[in-house]
Amino acid sequence: MSPPRVVELSYTPPGFVRDALRVARKDLLIEFRTRSAFIAAAVFAVLSTAIFRFTWEQGRVSPLDLAPGVLWVIFTFSGILGLHRSFGVELADRALDAMMASPMSRESIFAGKALANLAFVCCVQALALPAVGLFFNLPAGQFWWGIAGVSLLAAIGLVAVGTLFAAITSNTRLAELLLPMLALPFFIPVVIPAAQVTSLLMNGRPFAETVDWIKLLAAFDIVFVAASTVAFPFTLEE
Amino acid sequence: MLLDVDAPPDRGMAVVASGLMRRFGGRKAVDSVSLELAPGECLALFGPNGAGKTTLLRMLGGQLKPTEGTVHLHGHQLPGEAATRHLIGLISHHTMLYAALTAYENVVFAAECHGRRNAQQSAMDALALLKVSDRADTPVRLLSRGLQQRVSIARALVHSPRLVLLDEPYTGLDETGARALTRALEQLLSVGATLVLVTHHLGEGLALATRASIMMNGSLVRTDLTPAGGFNSATYAQLYRSLTSQEGE
Repeated sequence: MSPPRVVELSYTPPGFVRDALRVARKDLLIEFRTRSAFIAAAVFAVLSTAIFRFTWEQGRVSPLDLAPGVLWVIFTFSGILGLHRSFGVELADRALDAMMASPMSRESIFAGKALANLAFVCCVQALALPAVGLFFNLPAGQFWWGIAGVSLLAAIGLVAVGTLFAAITSNTRLAELLLPMLALPFFIPVVIPAAQVTSLLMNGRPFAETVDWIKLLAAFDIVFVAASTVAFPFTLEE
Repeated sequence: MLLDVDAPPDRGMAVVASGLMRRFGGRKAVDSVSLELAPGECLALFGPNGAGKTTLLRMLGGQLKPTEGTVHLHGHQLPGEAATRHLIGLISHHTMLYAALTAYENVVFAAECHGRRNAQQSAMDALALLKVSDRADTPVRLLSRGLQQRVSIARALVHSPRLVLLDEPYTGLDETGARALTRALEQLLSVGATLVLVTHHLGEGLALATRASIMMNGSLVRTDLTPAGGFNSATYAQLYRSLTSQEGE
């Protein structure tokens, strides 16, 4: 019998960041070519704003009290449209199988997917913010920068947990129904502080009053990003 | 990088599968399958629908964890480290392509996922090998099923895998595509790659096979080494029919 032989492997992995950026670039390129999720999310954002605007009883409720809630309802539900699409493109012809069989780590695939989803959600937010401002006739001011910042911070948490649940539900027949059902309860800890900060900023309260909410939001971001990254590889194991 | 130095002796084998069993719920899809394949060997795996061929293939590729048993690829246990996955290429009747990307972009993405240094050139070479380089810039959704399958094969071979797992790879291929695939697989065999080919078409499987197995009810019920001069397709087809019809009765 010939001696035991273990073939030396000459493969050098490209690295976590490069792998993640490659996956994100691919997802964004597909979305740029098809624009299917973005157009759906953009239409949803503008139509929802219009509906809220025309059901709003002016004089009874101040726009500054109503707008933060409207904004976060739109952000939350329009984001889900993109999250569902994220794994839909992978399953159409089982492209995910090839990606999972490649040497890329599961964590880098998750990070890439989450980065692309973050870019998607930020684009929808960039459209929804001025739409809400215009429809509700909100004043211009420096506070919009603060709202943009807190939107980005909240988007990180929403996208992390949303990408995880999109992966979990992707192989199910009722993915479109299951994703919001599973993800929305986990969105609440992110949406509540984000809506509070938005309300305080719109009402001209000093930044110091928002700090505790921002800390809470950041804490949930860290927990959700860490937990989702750890849990993601198990969602795709068979 | 050297992985899994405590791996059992593989006697120079490319693939060593021992006692593979996979259960889905209460049903055993694959039961007590053991096999050894040397570099340069091609195993053609035949069997009726539901025999467990695809499940076995997925376990050999490390995509599916066996309920019992182990798979070693060149001495490294699967599912293994990134470097071990780099040794495997997958071809299936699913193209595993992104419809919105061009043929070239799909193959470059696969090459980059496998850490190819010159991914662009490797992609063009793979597309040329499958005679589809003239459609490199066409989005995959605009290609015919046969051309998509050729791009998919280029995607699977772009990183020069040592083990290629093929599940009905001839599905949708026209004569030119089938010839290009056979030629590409012959080239891979000649450089020492190992192939496992699952197909319902005995002729195509036997043309490349160095051994042929028939799988039924999750087990390998018969394995034949290729005789000198190759398999006689008609005789083998008769044997296959008699085995599977016995099972049907």
